[in-house]
Amino acid sequence: MSFVANTPAQREEMLRACGVSSVDELFADIPASVAPKSFRLPPGASEHEVLTYFQQLAERNYAQLTVFLGGGVYDHFIPSAVDALASRGEFFTAYTPYQPELSQGTLQAIYEYQTHICRLTGMDAANASMYDGGTAIYEACQMALHTTRRSRIVVDEGVNPVYRKMLYSYTANLDIDFTEVPTSHGACHRELIEQTVGDDVAAVILQNPNFFGVVDNHEDVVARCHERGSLVIQSVYPVAMALLKPPGEIGVDIAVGEGQSLGNPLAFGGPYLGFMATNRKLVRKMPGRIVGRTLDREGREAFVLTLQAREQHIRREKATSNICTNEALCALRAHMYLSLVGKEGMREVAQLCHAKAEYAKSRFKTIPGVRVMETNPTFNEFTVRLPADAGVIAGRLVERGIAPGLPLGRYYQGMENYLLVAVTEKRTKAEIGNFAEVLEEVLAHYWDFEEEHSERIEV
Amino acid sequence: MSQDDRKYATSHEWAKQDGDLIVVGISDHAQQELGDITFVELPPMGQVVEAGDECGVIESVKAATDLYAPVGGEVVAVNEALEVSPELINQDVWEAGWVLKLKPSNPGDIDALMSAADYDATV
Amino acid sequence: MSVVFERSVPGRRGVRLPGCDVPLAEAIPEKCLRERSAELCELSELDVVRHFTGLSRLNFGVDTGFYPLGSCTMKYNPRVSERIAGLAGFSQLHPFLPQLRSGGMLTQGALQLLYELEHVLCEITGMEAFTLQPLAGAHGELTGMMLIAAYHRDKGNRRQTVLIPDEAHGTNPSSAAITGYRTVPVPTDTTSGRLDLEALEALIDDETAAIMLTNPNTLGIFNSDIERVVELAHARDALVYYDGANLNAILGKFRPGDAGIDVMHVNVHKTCATPHGGGGPGAGPVGVRKHLVPFLPISRIQKRQDNSYMLDYDQPKSIGYVAPFYGNFSILVRAYAYIKLLGGEGLVEVSENAVLNANYVMQALKERYALPYDRTCMHECVLSASRQAEKGVHAIDIAKALIDRGYHPPTVYFPLIVKEAMMIEPTETESKETLDAFISAMLEIADEAEQNPDAFAQLPKNAPVCRPDEVKAARDMDVCYDI
Repeated sequence: MSFVANTPAQREEMLRACGVSSVDELFADIPASVAPKSFRLPPGASEHEVLTYFQQLAERNYAQLTVFLGGGVYDHFIPSAVDALASRGEFFTAYTPYQPELSQGTLQAIYEYQTHICRLTGMDAANASMYDGGTAIYEACQMALHTTRRSRIVVDEGVNPVYRKMLYSYTANLDIDFTEVPTSHGACHRELIEQTVGDDVAAVILQNPNFFGVVDNHEDVVARCHERGSLVIQSVYPVAMALLKPPGEIGVDIAVGEGQSLGNPLAFGGPYLGFMATNRKLVRKMPGRIVGRTLDREGREAFVLTLQAREQHIRREKATSNICTNEALCALRAHMYLSLVGKEGMREVAQLCHAKAEYAKSRFKTIPGVRVMETNPTFNEFTVRLPADAGVIAGRLVERGIAPGLPLGRYYQGMENYLLVAVTEKRTKAEIGNFAEVLEEVLAHYWDFEEEHSERIEV
Repeated sequence: MSQDDRKYATSHEWAKQDGDLIVVGISDHAQQELGDITFVELPPMGQVVEAGDECGVIESVKAATDLYAPVGGEVVAVNEALEVSPELINQDVWEAGWVLKLKPSNPGDIDALMSAADYDATV
Repeated sequence: MSVVFERSVPGRRGVRLPGCDVPLAEAIPEKCLRERSAELCELSELDVVRHFTGLSRLNFGVDTGFYPLGSCTMKYNPRVSERIAGLAGFSQLHPFLPQLRSGGMLTQGALQLLYELEHVLCEITGMEAFTLQPLAGAHGELTGMMLIAAYHRDKGNRRQTVLIPDEAHGTNPSSAAITGYRTVPVPTDTTSGRLDLEALEALIDDETAAIMLTNPNTLGIFNSDIERVVELAHARDALVYYDGANLNAILGKFRPGDAGIDVMHVNVHKTCATPHGGGGPGAGPVGVRKHLVPFLPISRIQKRQDNSYMLDYDQPKSIGYVAPFYGNFSILVRAYAYIKLLGGEGLVEVSENAVLNANYVMQALKERYALPYDRTCMHECVLSASRQAEKGVHAIDIAKALIDRGYHPPTVYFPLIVKEAMMIEPTETESKETLDAFISAMLEIADEAEQNPDAFAQLPKNAPVCRPDEVKAARDMDVCYDI
């Protein structure tokens, strides 16, 4: 099934119209010396057969786990209307809106999305999207490097470690120095950052809440950075922004983040949604598509892609970024989600997440051997120290139907016993209670097991 | 037709002596090619450039072009009016549409640029 | 249509949230909290549904009508792919699951899918290995450039430049530049429409890190000198990057790997019919030959002896992470579903019919529109409105006239090396009837351009808006709705 409409008879007729006798003649420019050495692919199949094949694969994944995993992407509820509206063919089978007369739907939706992001972050202008939260940080760094003409970036270790790894991969061939600043009890280490930010620093990257879930008000840090001419990039969790002081209110220059939690499914890693917003001063340095509102020839309100002269299709090697295809449909979904959940709803989602996480903390505190890290306030994610390797314990919980959180050992040296637990509005009191009980049980058995093998690990 | 009271670079800038400073703008030809100018990025004051260095960007809807220093020197003034009214370049490319002033490193460098007639012959 | 914020009514609610079954918490200090709620919409669910349904009706997609936007391959997106991507076992899977001990076993279906897709792409392209992580075509180019940089660093080569044909997509020079390379344009031979080999020979030197090629190129012409180009590059230990933007033209006819191409990307929305979503998301898997395999991004998906799948992070020469996880998974699911539906013979049919359709349109239009390179084209043809422009009717005017006739216009003013370019890509899923109707429309427009050129400035008349003022948009910069 190749979805080709033309019948063999029509193809013959068309070949004649082209003045050739066979389709092979149309490929005569391909020299015989580079003919495929192989093209052994399975034969095509019917829709039913293919659907069955993928259903079988899908069934090998889904284990009805109760998800307490976060680490930057979260299991939030998605209202049904998001799927219904985003699956309209007029939206999802369109290309980038180059012809405004045929794309007012996409263009207006992006304009509204930009506005929603601005209102959530308190910034002046947002772009139409980046690939994900990590690439958004990288693009923000490029903006800062170009704007300040400096070459050093300071990164708080509370920034998502996966994003930090991405940043270093992308810049391996460039002359950019990175300085990582360790956290203090899981929070931003202000003195260290202050010592590190000299007048060669283009930007400082912070995250709120940070990877450990710790919430902060970075206003003082931003002020110190600005004194030294450095910009501040803050990566934020958009759901938390319904509650927390947004970057625009504390002087952040570029706000970025992962927008998956706004109406996009987890989908094993993507597609996700990088969002980016900045202030008026830097808007022309911002990469990616931007939609503007203007008037048409008859004075009617109209929307267009604007500031395109910065982009790769015009500016080529001097463009602000190479991004072309972005995550438009994910941005559309985020905009639909925010429209449906709305002003009070978003506040409630954030409050629910926070309250349930605090409840989880209270339950974990009673489990022998478990220590909840409580030096700093957190939003909906927090770290617990377990009496043994968090990866091993997590494995036992997975076997009991719970994805208990992210073991931190892979990303933070010396944190092998730490687990990062996330709670969203979808988790019930009963699920949290069950998690606590199973954890207690697993740990109890773990001790039995360990005692048998007399390898008791220090608590 | 380019104006005779100034010199021209192959990269389409004009340079005009103003006391011991050099005023720099873009040529009428460049302005026409770009079309409606929507934004001018001015260089920072005090920037020291060599001839041929980038010292600004001029954007229209369909293109963006770098402004190159026609002679070496220090940027001592920029036309801030362009920040709010970039269309000044379209409206009055020779006077109100100037972009920046340079204090030249070598006052004689301007003589090496093209005359109006030579420049017009290249475009 | 009014902006969504104008529909907002204070106090109105859309979605009902779960009640709070735990004690309310206020553990966040005052100074960290926002003082006022963010001014998001306040709408009912029906308000929202009507708003977006209304917006969708102002849009044009492949589902709406013929969309011959050159270089963008706007072909039919099978509905079954959407259904498959929506299966809970795919859509609800948390990407960190494989990092939990035992969690990997709960994602075997997903890992198997990715593993199989990698191998199918290898067979389609003749490459040794693929990474599925790049999140779009341009992101694939960036990944490719990073791989090339890693290769040269590893060998101690000091390379500074990347050669790029002047007809290339803008992403090519941009991707090379942001990886730290200086880009050097290579001219196109104006008689053949192919890369100027002599110019290439003169430009390639020991500073050259790579040459980036699109083949067929953006003029829709296959470069028969491909082997010579590869030979010239390899003689200097420069690598050859193949922009797979036009891979859909040559499935089963040419495999980049067989010609010695070192690294390439695939645009899955073009070759594997994943929907473009009004600007994304896409996916840009990158394939490499053997000598670049050690540099591929982590993680790599491996098959164990017991036929289970695992993620391998232990790749000391790897360029590291290019995506947070395993790529745009649900787009990759759609791509693989499409390949499974078509199979090998179906993929060959794709290219044969895409090429036939493009040649058919080109033959029918070349009498009335200038054809700068009059030769067999591949999946797209580049005409020029130069003849019409003499009467004052430009490519953009023809585009607007097509809108009034119910068509999405071709790509205009690209490639940059053709004046008044109109790049037409019909794709294989369009029927002869559709093509004939489009051809008639184009011929009528050509007539009108001769008879009544002045009328074009007022077009389109049948669209919701007519030629929005882009200058005003760029100068006034209204990019966020203010109350």
